[in-house]
Amino acid sequence: MSLAKSPWIIHVNCNSCNGCDIEVVACLTPLYDAERFGVLNIGTPKQADIMVVTGSINYKNVNVLKNIYNQIPDPKVVLAVGACASTGGIFHDCYNVIGGVDQIIPVDAYVPGCCPRPEAILDGVVAALSILESKSQGKIKGKEVKLKGNEVPSNA
Amino acid sequence: MTTVIPFGPQHPVLPEPVSLKLEIDNDVVVGALPSLGYVHRGLEKFIDTKDYNQTTYICERICGICSALHGITYTMAVEKLFDVEIPERAQYIRVIIGELNRVHSHLLWLGLFADGFGFESLFYECWKYRETVLDVLERITGNRVIHSISKVGGASKDLTKEHIDLILKMCDTVEPQVKDLEKVFVNNYSVKQRLVGLATMSKQLAYEAGTAGPTLRGSGNSIDLRESADWDIYKDLGFKPAVEKDGDCYARTKVRITELYDSFKLLRNAISKMPNGEITTPIKGFPTGEAIMRTEQPRGEVVYYVKGKGTKNLERLKIRTPTFANIPSLLLTLPGIKLADVPIVVLTIDPCISCTER
Repeated sequence: MSLAKSPWIIHVNCNSCNGCDIEVVACLTPLYDAERFGVLNIGTPKQADIMVVTGSINYKNVNVLKNIYNQIPDPKVVLAVGACASTGGIFHDCYNVIGGVDQIIPVDAYVPGCCPRPEAILDGVVAALSILESKSQGKIKGKEVKLKGNEVPSNA
Repeated sequence: MTTVIPFGPQHPVLPEPVSLKLEIDNDVVVGALPSLGYVHRGLEKFIDTKDYNQTTYICERICGICSALHGITYTMAVEKLFDVEIPERAQYIRVIIGELNRVHSHLLWLGLFADGFGFESLFYECWKYRETVLDVLERITGNRVIHSISKVGGASKDLTKEHIDLILKMCDTVEPQVKDLEKVFVNNYSVKQRLVGLATMSKQLAYEAGTAGPTLRGSGNSIDLRESADWDIYKDLGFKPAVEKDGDCYARTKVRITELYDSFKLLRNAISKMPNGEITTPIKGFPTGEAIMRTEQPRGEVVYYVKGKGTKNLERLKIRTPTFANIPSLLLTLPGIKLADVPIVVLTIDPCISCTER
């Protein structure tokens, strides 16, 4: 129960143009102040509860993403911020873009927009909190993502 | 004996996936090897499938921090292909949005830099002041980050009386706040202890390493494309580049703070000189030939090369961004730096990896 009162987030920049990233950081600064929900940005995955992913995945950062995901202890929630993280965005046809984050790791909540406003990101974090709470009660379990070279989904 | 320590791609200080392999000998860096490609999307190839108008929006999404100036530079390059003169009012609108973009980018960098040397409250102050600028940009263009103000043939939105009042009010509010920030960045004892004499580059070295922007001007080179390139408007606005001689992290910080004041001055001048009239010129046909356009981004010089082939798609788009020019200087200055200072030295070139890798 107490987990959802003070979730720590880790921000992962996959293939983002920085637009979503500066909005994620803006959420933590005084005007939007995510800390009033107990949210704290933390640098290490081992202490994080919510993984905030911005940007799509490409062939180089896919293993970085898997590694970080696997290092976060259960229960964990993944929040895909922005159009790129959700579906690949306007770059979904680029040769080096595999697609949205959900092609590699399970995503619990999506925040649409290019770029989403900080209010929308906060809304997404609050939505992720309720999922985190049900996960912490053991209702839903996270799953391990296998690390196997540069494996990519067949439809990429 | 040296140890190799990976810095990034996931690092608490930098939101972006910068990746450096640092060779450490007794806590001092002796070598650094960068690894690029974590943010490579392949945009220069992607434009094959988009027409030259749609490419404007792709160019804006190369980087979310200097998005306006990417769009402006691209449209100016394509206008060279068409050989059209756009209305003067549209050029002034571009300058105003570009300078607003620079103010928000520099405030963002000052905040991240303060975070880099562990001054959390200063980081929060910078980002709080930055929100005022973003509010103005949002009122004018409809988005906080991607502005889409420039299109081929002019500007996509006009500035109304209300917008101009907002900009002037913002200048009057933020300028004293920047003065407050300057007191801390320039005079604070602990900040000076961290920055003075760190990662010094001589005038000659900075020039020969091909650096750009505040990194170049922090070492005493008076090169600013707003003064020298083919963007004529700046000549009428009375612009002088900000230059510092010392060439260390402290000097580069001072350059950026001075540039903030310059931007406020340019904004006020541009507003007072902005003529009335049309904001777009009709464009006919498809682009042919090749053109190069250079402008000064918050991080330095950006070069756009475009080549048309007489169809709606461009044949080639090549972009050289300022961070790409500044990475060699990073590799030259990192040896001899203590491991704890590496985040500051990396941040001091204002790295924008999504620009570099596209």
